[in-house]
Amino acid sequence: MIAPIRRLLVLFVRILIGARSEWRGCAPDPVSRIYFANHNSHIDTVAVMAALPYQVRRMTHPVAARDYWGTSAFRRFIAEKCLRAVLIDRKPPPDTDPLAPVERVLEEGRSILIFPEGTRSTTDEIAPFRSGIFRLAGRFPNVDLVPIHLDNLQRILPKGSMLIVPITCTARFGKPLRVEPGEEKAEFLARARATVIELADGGPAA
Amino acid sequence: MTSLFSIVLAAILGLLAVASAIGFILQRRATEPGSIATVQNLNARIRSWWIMVAVLGGAILLGETSTVVLFAFLSFMALREFWTLTPSRRGDHLALFLSFFVVLPIHYVLLGTEWYGLFSIFIPVYAFLILPAVATLTGDVNEFLARSARVQWGLMLTVYSISHAPALLMLETGTSPALLLVYLVVVVQLSDVFQYVWGKLLGKHRFSPNISPSKTIEGLVGGGASAILVGTLLYRLTPFSPLQAMAISTVIVVAGFFGGFVLSAIKRDLNAKDWGYVIEGHGGVLDRLDSITFAAPLFFHIVRYWFT
Repeated sequence: MIAPIRRLLVLFVRILIGARSEWRGCAPDPVSRIYFANHNSHIDTVAVMAALPYQVRRMTHPVAARDYWGTSAFRRFIAEKCLRAVLIDRKPPPDTDPLAPVERVLEEGRSILIFPEGTRSTTDEIAPFRSGIFRLAGRFPNVDLVPIHLDNLQRILPKGSMLIVPITCTARFGKPLRVEPGEEKAEFLARARATVIELADGGPAA
Repeated sequence: MTSLFSIVLAAILGLLAVASAIGFILQRRATEPGSIATVQNLNARIRSWWIMVAVLGGAILLGETSTVVLFAFLSFMALREFWTLTPSRRGDHLALFLSFFVVLPIHYVLLGTEWYGLFSIFIPVYAFLILPAVATLTGDVNEFLARSARVQWGLMLTVYSISHAPALLMLETGTSPALLLVYLVVVVQLSDVFQYVWGKLLGKHRFSPNISPSKTIEGLVGGGASAILVGTLLYRLTPFSPLQAMAISTVIVVAGFFGGFVLSAIKRDLNAKDWGYVIEGHGGVLDRLDSITFAAPLFFHIVRYWFT
């Protein structure tokens, strides 16, 4: 029952905003990965999922904020059922681990999609990354981290607007990276952020 | 119309079959990397032509409504390609939303309901006045004139101009209006194809390396003349005499040429090679319809003024 709805959602998103993919630094292999992307609008989660080929999409779980995607039955349906999202608390109660459900997905050999800026930026500037991605990379040293740059989302659905302008969004997938031995948190976060920025400028061809 | 239309469609499909066969032979003969790439692109173009002919031919066979809906969708895709390459600011957001989801649908509804008076002024007058007015509400004056001009150009090129091709369906000339649309599309597209073929075979002198590096004088002259010849021979599809058909095909070919040229100039200005990616081998919808944007309104008004 849910499968055709998922297909329809992908088709709808592709007609509306293109959701085109460009694999510059790696191939769309169905292996366990941590995808991370810049965050400009509420539709970037759907945009990346629609840009992924079916074999990759079916094993990828976007990590979404519960305080947005969990607030109504409709959003919860889109997030949990259609996108197979893992909802997490951005302001977790003390003594809980908000990343625990994300780690369970990776332990099962599946992939996740995260937005390390944490919140949507209001400019073209990519905000500094939060540390969750570093922790995940440390706990899963054999999983590749794949940077994604999404363009035009700022113009498609800017923060503060509810109106979608159907400009084409391209998702560019960069070269996978991992935490280097002895690499500090700040150093790694800056390097990961730089790979996304590099893709924004057109980046090196594959 | 059905019998004449079927003959034209059969002829086009026959031509495509010949083209596919030539492409197949060339593919087996090509040995150097450069020529292999050219032949691959040629074959991708031919494959896409099959799809385009099937889609447009199918829509025309289904009737006027489906033809208008198809062109509305093509305008939508073209407008999206235009705005994907053209920069916009936060202050343009509402004007862009209205372009896609209010102006475009209303314009095509006016076309579908054959309300010619409002159809012809809705975008040039009402959208022209209302969209900049909406944009002022955000208070962003940065590049205001340039931004308003882009909004209007996007609509004029991709919605208003292109819609004059299906608008031929509302003209009563005593002959089948669908055949007029077929005539326009055949002459414009054959002109592009002939220019490509002549240019590849004989092209030496570049027409304007700045704007369109692949256009050559040999391609333009040979391709244009070939298309005018075909346009003259096809006069039976139209209410024109052979001599009129020749003159009108000349207008279509020259307008089509400048349509491609102006849209290429815009592309160069925006540092892009193609408008989009949805048509394999050709680029975007706007790469295929660039000649139509200039040829359709001129052809429409020539027919409307002298033949209705």
